[in-house]
Amino acid sequence: MADSNHIIIESGDAVQPFTYSIGMHGSKFFTEIRDNRRFMGIRCPKCKKVYIPPRGVCGDCFVEMNDWVEVGPGGVIGTFTILRFAFIDPETGHQKPVPYGYGFIRLDGADTLFQHYISVEDEKKIRIGARVEPVFSMNPKGSIRDIEFFRVID
Amino acid sequence: MGKRVAIVGTGQTFHKSHRPDVNGQELINEAVVRALQDADLKMKDIDAVVIGNMDHFEGINYVDCWSVDGSGGTMKPIIKLTTGGTTGCTVAIGGYHLVASGMFDKVLIIGWEKNSESDTTGAITTAFDPIWDRLVFAGAISGLAAEAQAYMARYGATDRDGARVSVRDRRHAMNNPHAQLRKEVALEEVLASPMLADPIHLLDVCPRTDGACAVIMASGELAEKIAPKPDWIWATAARHSYTYLGDADYGRLTSMREGAQEIWKKTGIKEPRKELDVIELYQPYSFGGLIWIEDMGIVGPGEAPQYIWDGNTDMGGELPINPSGGVISCNPIGATGLIRCAEAAMQVMGKAEGRQVPDVNFAFSTGFGGCWWTDMILHGRKKPK
Amino acid sequence: MDRAAIVGVGTVKIEKRKVRETFADMAWQAVNGALEDAGMTIDDIDNVVTTSSDFWDGRTISCMAVGDASGAAHKNVSCVEGDGTYGAFYGMARCLSGSYKTTLVTGHSKGSESVSSLITNCAFDPIYERMLGMDMITACAMQANAYLHRTKTTREQTAMVSVKNHGNALKNPHAQLPMDITVKDVLDSEMIADPLRKLDCSPVSDGCAAVVIAHESVAKKFRKKPVWIRGVSLCADSFFFGDRDLSRARSLTEAAKKAFAMAGIKDPRTEIDVAEIHDAFTYQELMWLEEMGLADESSAGRHLEKGEYNIDGRLPVNPSGGLLSGHPVIAAGLYSMAAVVRQIRGEAGGFQVKKARTGLVHGVNGLGGQSHCVWLLGDR
Repeated sequence: MADSNHIIIESGDAVQPFTYSIGMHGSKFFTEIRDNRRFMGIRCPKCKKVYIPPRGVCGDCFVEMNDWVEVGPGGVIGTFTILRFAFIDPETGHQKPVPYGYGFIRLDGADTLFQHYISVEDEKKIRIGARVEPVFSMNPKGSIRDIEFFRVID
Repeated sequence: MGKRVAIVGTGQTFHKSHRPDVNGQELINEAVVRALQDADLKMKDIDAVVIGNMDHFEGINYVDCWSVDGSGGTMKPIIKLTTGGTTGCTVAIGGYHLVASGMFDKVLIIGWEKNSESDTTGAITTAFDPIWDRLVFAGAISGLAAEAQAYMARYGATDRDGARVSVRDRRHAMNNPHAQLRKEVALEEVLASPMLADPIHLLDVCPRTDGACAVIMASGELAEKIAPKPDWIWATAARHSYTYLGDADYGRLTSMREGAQEIWKKTGIKEPRKELDVIELYQPYSFGGLIWIEDMGIVGPGEAPQYIWDGNTDMGGELPINPSGGVISCNPIGATGLIRCAEAAMQVMGKAEGRQVPDVNFAFSTGFGGCWWTDMILHGRKKPK
Repeated sequence: MDRAAIVGVGTVKIEKRKVRETFADMAWQAVNGALEDAGMTIDDIDNVVTTSSDFWDGRTISCMAVGDASGAAHKNVSCVEGDGTYGAFYGMARCLSGSYKTTLVTGHSKGSESVSSLITNCAFDPIYERMLGMDMITACAMQANAYLHRTKTTREQTAMVSVKNHGNALKNPHAQLPMDITVKDVLDSEMIADPLRKLDCSPVSDGCAAVVIAHESVAKKFRKKPVWIRGVSLCADSFFFGDRDLSRARSLTEAAKKAFAMAGIKDPRTEIDVAEIHDAFTYQELMWLEEMGLADESSAGRHLEKGEYNIDGRLPVNPSGGLLSGHPVIAAGLYSMAAVVRQIRGEAGGFQVKKARTGLVHGVNGLGGQSHCVWLLGDR
């Protein structure tokens, strides 16, 4: 990108590594996913909305939530897209192969949407409202990628 | 009670995809110098500085401190506000409160970004929760595509409706020498451009831009002395809902609806479609130009495509949107919201030159963030009571 | 100009590593603490300012993590990046602008989740400085040498700041490092960057604090007697160290002068009863005191030796234990503010100062105190 008159300085491999705390809600969620392949949401005692990912506070009602409820594992596509252009995956620094499906799943029993990949084996089947199920990783580690993707089962 | 506040000067860089001829401070300074010239003020007249950008696009921590050689903030109060894509509008709202509070008479507001200095999509992706959202997020465009899909499914809109918005903004950009992309495109060209993420084509979205914008606000009578036709700030609103991406109502922009309703109520505007004269909408992709003006209350749900096809939002139409060419023509992210504010101010002040809309009484500018946040400002020619 | 007051404060215990809590969990605790303190519900709050740093949190738009837990879901909201005192400054401006009556201000960070020196290295200019590997500690070590050299302040004197502040922390249940130590302990501790030894440096910490600021028209409606904001000012010096006299802080001198004038304080040395000052490193407490005009040039070390800055001294400085006893960056200034509010209310418990009617709060942004924010709070 540099032209002959202007020097560019590269930051090189400098990174700032982090050890993020998942917190108590995330820890329960990922333990259940890893060990039991169960999705755990949390219900607001006031508005009864079931949140996924689970968290401590219902933003709308500003009350603490403690009522765990199992949701999914099946659900429907809330909305989606199919990526056709390879972006740099910031976690790996490499371009992620295209095409791949991405979307928001309304897991059975949940009121908010769960973001994940959607298999594009048969693109024609991918539509809003299509039923999906998760495909779990064979080597679960307690992260969001313990779910590999969702696939359409209609 | 608070003081009345007006914009008395604006300045922008000539936005480009890559500015290797300047570093960040120098880029900022170009906009600052132009704003001071526009208001016929000197840096010594400025009482405080508000600055914003997105840290990870340039990788600089404590930008408020680092940037003083460009911002002129040395030995002045300087404060940094950052809210993602909304930042440019957020800093304008910040400047408004600092002047209205009575603590400062003249405040310089700066938004900037050198998007060429990092991988923008990678940096945007770090905006999202590292545990839940980031590992499976696919860049800002995928989130926008998901919104567009939901809107199309709900209201039967098509990709042609989206493309029409892109055609409009790219045509308007021809009138703006500061815009990065100044090339008219035909509807079919938009639809034939590469598909990035269904239903978004390359020509439906904004570019990456290096650029800066500066705005000077002043209080009450002082503003009237500095500028013959100051741009009065009538009202501001901001909604930053949601913790996680999946919390949003895809296909509707709740933050826009809540914030706009608050502004119409506060200012007594009953029919924004009739009472507004021009909108500078932070609209980084074409479909947002449909969805979000419905949430703003310009037209009803699902009505935007027809309204736009009828030419109402073109130059010369009932309510021109993005005379500047908008974000699709130019997106230095931390500056983008402030450019909308500056362009709206120029319309009210009668300084918009080739992109001037005649007789602007009320102008509306917004900021948008990929986390579905919206900030907004109502600008007016008359001093609010 | 109208006036504003602080009507509620909430803090969570500062800890080395909060594994159990996310940012949102910490915010929920601090915000509810502040609301409870003020006798408010979230419905009494009409706007929110969160304070955080994308670098410290390791994510762009770091404020996104705490909005819902700060009750911002359907309110006007904004986000300041920098020390909590700057967030509070904007929160106050929003109360005085005529737009709002009650601002909830939060500040959070977790130093434990990153490598601090990599984060502060990014505060250096990427073109001219960063590759030299500087961080906040090395920068401040240079400043410490410049200050010690110019003022002839001794290392024993700076060590006494550590002894005093860690000792004060023994009385503060929210402090991270209460310690009964001696000057010798400080001088024998590991050398980090000459002249700064381990016990000259504040620790890495996790924490979150919240304050509620109210416009004068409503300030008396809540549970506690309002603590009035009498004066506040901020100012930034040049960025490059080579452009500054590192042994000085002219931006602090300027900010303090303006804050004193706004508060109507003519003789700050006698009119201020308690001060919480940014003591990320021991020398800073003494240097900032001098540069603010609270001590003569080169004299703060001697005043300290005489016990004048002790809890029972002439001008108690950092009775809470200061940042040396717990330093959640960003939240830090709000902790200092909460400590002074509690002093003025007479609620500081074991570290209560006698007759605290006027207090000073000090926050810093940038490297080596480039930018300073000074507050004068009072009971009237």
